Amino acid sequence: MFELIGIPPQALFGQLLLGLINGAFYAMLSLGLAVIFGMLNVINFTHGAQYMMGAFAAWLLLGILDIPFWVSLVLAPIIVGLFGVVLERLLLKRIYHLDHLYGFLLTFGLALVIEGLFQWKWGSSGAPYPNPIPGGYNLGFMFLPTYRGFVVLAALVICLATWYGIERTKLGAYLRAATENPTLVRAFGINVPRLITLTYGLGVGLAALAGVLAAPIQQVSALMGTNLVLVVFAVVVIGGMGSIMGSIVTGFGLGLIEGLTKVFYPPASNTVIFVVMALVLLIKPAGLFGQTK
Amino acid sequence: MAETLLKVQGLQAWYGESHILHGVGFEIGRGELVTLLGRNGAGKTTTLKSVMGIVEKRTGSVAFEGKETVGQPSDAIARLGLAYCPEERGIFSSLNVEENLLLPPMVRPGGMSLSEIYQLFPNLQERRRSQGTKLSGGEQQMLAIGRILRTGANLLLLDEPTEGLAPVIVQRIGEIIRQLKGRGFTILLVEQNFHFAAAVADRHYIMEDGHVVDIMTAGDVKQNIGKLQAYLGV
Amino acid sequence: MMSPSQRMIVAVAVAVLALAAPWFAYPVFLMTALCFALFACAFNLLLGYAGLMSFGHAMFFGMAGYFYGHVVKAWDMPPELGLLAGVGGAALLGLVTGALAIRRQGIYFAMITLAFAQMVYFFCIQAPFTHGEDGLQGIVRKPLLGGLIPTKDDRVLYYVVLAIFLFGYGAIYRFIHSPFGQVLKAIRDNEQRALSLGYEADRYKLLAFVLSAALAGLAGATKAMVLQFATLTDVSAAMSGEVVLMALVGGLGTIIGPVIGAFIIITMQNYLAATGEFVLVIQGLIFVVIVMAFRKGVVGEFSEWWKRRSEPRAQPKAAD
Repeated sequence: MFELIGIPPQALFGQLLLGLINGAFYAMLSLGLAVIFGMLNVINFTHGAQYMMGAFAAWLLLGILDIPFWVSLVLAPIIVGLFGVVLERLLLKRIYHLDHLYGFLLTFGLALVIEGLFQWKWGSSGAPYPNPIPGGYNLGFMFLPTYRGFVVLAALVICLATWYGIERTKLGAYLRAATENPTLVRAFGINVPRLITLTYGLGVGLAALAGVLAAPIQQVSALMGTNLVLVVFAVVVIGGMGSIMGSIVTGFGLGLIEGLTKVFYPPASNTVIFVVMALVLLIKPAGLFGQTK
Repeated sequence: MAETLLKVQGLQAWYGESHILHGVGFEIGRGELVTLLGRNGAGKTTTLKSVMGIVEKRTGSVAFEGKETVGQPSDAIARLGLAYCPEERGIFSSLNVEENLLLPPMVRPGGMSLSEIYQLFPNLQERRRSQGTKLSGGEQQMLAIGRILRTGANLLLLDEPTEGLAPVIVQRIGEIIRQLKGRGFTILLVEQNFHFAAAVADRHYIMEDGHVVDIMTAGDVKQNIGKLQAYLGV
Repeated sequence: MMSPSQRMIVAVAVAVLALAAPWFAYPVFLMTALCFALFACAFNLLLGYAGLMSFGHAMFFGMAGYFYGHVVKAWDMPPELGLLAGVGGAALLGLVTGALAIRRQGIYFAMITLAFAQMVYFFCIQAPFTHGEDGLQGIVRKPLLGGLIPTKDDRVLYYVVLAIFLFGYGAIYRFIHSPFGQVLKAIRDNEQRALSLGYEADRYKLLAFVLSAALAGLAGATKAMVLQFATLTDVSAAMSGEVVLMALVGGLGTIIGPVIGAFIIITMQNYLAATGEFVLVIQGLIFVVIVMAFRKGVVGEFSEWWKRRSEPRAQPKAAD
């Protein structure tokens, strides 16, 4: 069948896997953006820089303290998440009462500072991170590198765990309620400012976790998150920020679309997500899963 | 009067530039049911919000069990044992009925259990898995009241619980409020519906333009009905 | 406010400064700064007067540079046609992206314009006529008006660029003070009300967007004419951010603010060019400091200070 359309199955499935992996990162990052936006009313432009910091944290932990990947997978998000907590306490919390645009500008400025500092210290060329689970499986129709399969599964588990945490737990109920009406939630005796700080820390930690997962696949470099965060913005516009499950589905879906485009019309693979965004804006401006808001 | 639970003195409050309360003062004893009456815009809701600490700016004194609360954030005030049921009910649409009920954390021991609350409001148990805002207006009001009974708070601030509801529901809510008083809750009630208020309250504070202008006990109401109607413009 | 005589003095001083500048400052620097000043004014037209923050204005600025270069170099046409192509191309791009972006508001609008600009950026990396990473180099300066104005001399070209800037600035001024600009402001302040009065808000916004894009294009094409190249930098997200920074530093919603902001940022970049990554770090820090503490920008803060300073002498009832 594949021979009929002139695409060797190896290439097709290889690109689909690559698309799935990109989709996994889109999903994890757009999820964090949506959760942060819900609570803080801030589009976290620093998300890409924090993703990069996650990868760097893992790389430094390995290089300096010889801490293995599996430990970094836990440690790096905590470190970067705490950094996020400090940012929120020092800066972000002072601008919640302003127009959304100021949060956007502030976090954009922070991203420039962070990426500039990393570039200054470590240059812009990437450093490799050793693959923690080399090898792979020959599935007959394609070769599956073990680590890449692991990343897709891990991302899926992380996304579903986030969904569960928000939709099914007590803390998640606080979060959902405070997104709707923070004043009332606070008047019930819940320390909403602390909840907001925690949310930002968790969202940032999620971005860092994605960064750690990306480290063995991509080069660890100061600008690895710069373009990614822009694509994730398009993902967020396409999906709408109203629904957690929507973010997950949109992220993986767009990754696959990108992978397919690489097979059938490679020159458009960089831009296809933006084309999808334009189409969604034409047909359903609020986004696929968005409420009209 | 019983031991004073809440004592408000010289309370002033602002929304942005507009000065809403100009020195409000009143007291509530433990176990009492007290109402704030007055026309629209007299400052009743703002008084409740100021007691709860959710106005932009307030000065004066609001002491709960002798502890000053002005200057404290609303979450700290709530943890002293005050619970607030807002006029717009504040049911969360992203939470189901039971999640709404379980949302406010326990602030003191001695609150009602979930099953006691379901006994009081059987409808809520039937619809516990429904989205909070899919309930009827009366059910939402019951959810908003039921939600604050679990926490152990002993002072309930109820803002117009009968607003926009059918007479039969208003009557049911009246029964519930009387039951709550019977259970020992202290209640500060804001009402437009004077007949409803007169039927349940021990005492009435009448507000005009951000001041308390008169006080009547339940016994006084009959003799002063004309005066009261003049206050309320009915 | 300043008194009429004070205004006159300031106006004359600025005019003299503008005319004499190329004799004591490096003309290419001045021309670059003027191009960015026009770019920032175009951006600010949209944000300050239509309430729309585009985070993708580099696509108009940068693409216009490519259009100019392609027309003048590859097609060997006169520079006037190159400028026209830059403006027209940017306006067309503005029409397409604007029509889509105004379907969402607020922060989404910013994200959508940013995403479209990124799409244009990826397109420019691959498209042959932009020469990818190398950029479109060696766009030779040709005389203007069929040979009447030689442009090899930087000082002569400076006056051309000054005239282009003044044309763009004047267009914005006229636009803001036209009935159309008034409706736009009404929409910005209360869209529902404007809609209920029968104004088609989206058409007004779109026109403002196209005009802003066209003027950003004029700035970009002029810059390509001056510097004789067009590169990926000018279509990048960093450039979109830079123009926001210029407007922000100068003062959002003031008509002169972006000009001052552009000169400040370009001067800063000039001095910091040798420090490499630190230009970005410092720009980032400026964003942070302005958002946290000086949201009115240089012009806004200055006019507040001026008001406070002159208040005791002003009539007390003149307030409000």
